[in-house]
Amino acid sequence: MIEVRQLTKSFGSQLILAGVDLRIDSGESAVIIGRSGGGKSVLLKHLIGLLQPEGGEVLVDGDPITHMNERQLLRVRRKFGMVFQGAALFDSMTVAENVAFGLRRHEHLTEADVAKRVAAALEMVDLPGTEKKKPAELSGGMRKRVGLARAIVYEPRIVLYDEPTTGLDPIVSDSIDHLIIRVRDQLQVTSVVVTHDMRSARRVGNHVFLLHHKKIYAHGPPEELFASQDAVVRQFIDGVADAKETEL
Amino acid sequence: MNFLGQTWVGVWLLGLGRIAVMARDAIASCLTFKASKRDLFYQIYFIGIKSQAVVLVTGAFTGMVLTAQTYFQFHKVKMDTATLGVVAVAMCDELGPVLTALMVAGRVGAAIAAEIGTMRVTEQIDALRTLATHPIDYLVVPRLLASMVALPLLTIESIALGIGAGYLVGSQLLGIDPPYLYYNMLKYTADIDVVFGLVKSFVYGGIIALVGCYKGLSCGMGAEGVGRATTEAVVYASIAILITNFFLTLFLERLYVLMS
Repeated sequence: MIEVRQLTKSFGSQLILAGVDLRIDSGESAVIIGRSGGGKSVLLKHLIGLLQPEGGEVLVDGDPITHMNERQLLRVRRKFGMVFQGAALFDSMTVAENVAFGLRRHEHLTEADVAKRVAAALEMVDLPGTEKKKPAELSGGMRKRVGLARAIVYEPRIVLYDEPTTGLDPIVSDSIDHLIIRVRDQLQVTSVVVTHDMRSARRVGNHVFLLHHKKIYAHGPPEELFASQDAVVRQFIDGVADAKETEL
Repeated sequence: MNFLGQTWVGVWLLGLGRIAVMARDAIASCLTFKASKRDLFYQIYFIGIKSQAVVLVTGAFTGMVLTAQTYFQFHKVKMDTATLGVVAVAMCDELGPVLTALMVAGRVGAAIAAEIGTMRVTEQIDALRTLATHPIDYLVVPRLLASMVALPLLTIESIALGIGAGYLVGSQLLGIDPPYLYYNMLKYTADIDVVFGLVKSFVYGGIIALVGCYKGLSCGMGAEGVGRATTEAVVYASIAILITNFFLTLFLERLYVLMS
């Protein structure tokens, strides 16, 4: 279970989050939607302790992580896997070495067992036989799949996705959505997906949070939120620009 | 206090403090053996083996030109045969460790900052952290240890080649009597000169790796940030080596006098 209480964050003089509250239960598939540059990725990075807030608290399974030092956070992060917007694969390593990274460092397995686990993870993301390729040889969609394989290979309990479908064509985006659902259902993980892709949000989430004006403006099951008649929610879901923005 | 933080002195002190904290964390990590042996050996290969050409050329030509210049001056006072003694002491105490460190700072310090800086801007450092791996354990410690092991070895090579090249220039090109040249080199060069050189190169190895890693880990976003980090890693490491060299020379000499 992840709980965020009154989270505040700013970079320099720019306030990004101003008192965010949210709660994600174990096994839930939460989607955080909001405008580009609205602080969704910043919020996601707070959940795993990559950023330290100015105020408020983040609790993972009841443990407050905001005051932990980097070494203490490493223990908490073993519960997490994270898929980055740009995949963030280690470009000096092959696909297999990328996927095996967490296994080799934290689990005492034989090389044969590591190879088996890597092959199974790549199979799960529909990329069998790509072990020897370098990240530079992969397409954007393939890189995200490898990033997902790397995040799930050591069987974390929570998987965070930072804009998993951004920059991908609709067909690849659709396959990534299916992959997120497959990982959620097969591995029984808690998923937290940050996106501004409404189709993806509707499909993968069973609890959607709308981040607006530095706070969680609305949240609920997707069918409820997507049927909302609130002007702000509707504007975001329907993708309607303000008159001021239309002039730009 | 805020005013001080915005001046170059404040920024410099802040950087120095952060490098000190990083060094402390790296030493603590070394003591708990968190670094992987595979990464350590790769870094020793990258820093030690791949720097061979640049170090050998630097050592050889420094020894050769120093021999020629010393001979030109000593010849005036009929001290030709003492030439290699001066070259050997200078190579062991100063030129070997300092020039090797400066050359390695240019090659390795820049590579460390560029590699880690690129990892930072492409979120690979964040990815490391999400995989429950401390950047100090995985990135800093192998480079620090490898640099502190490889630089003394490179310095020995550089010193040996400089003296050897100086001997050849003195005996074959400048016509100095080889036995006297060799005898005086042994007479004026003490073991402690070699020890001083090795101690210095060990310290410079640490400086190169720490400055490179710090600049990479704290680099600004985008290509400009990586470029700036790379340049600063070389410039700051070189300046730090030259300043440290002066104080380390005084310290080691004083320590030697006290101990003997």
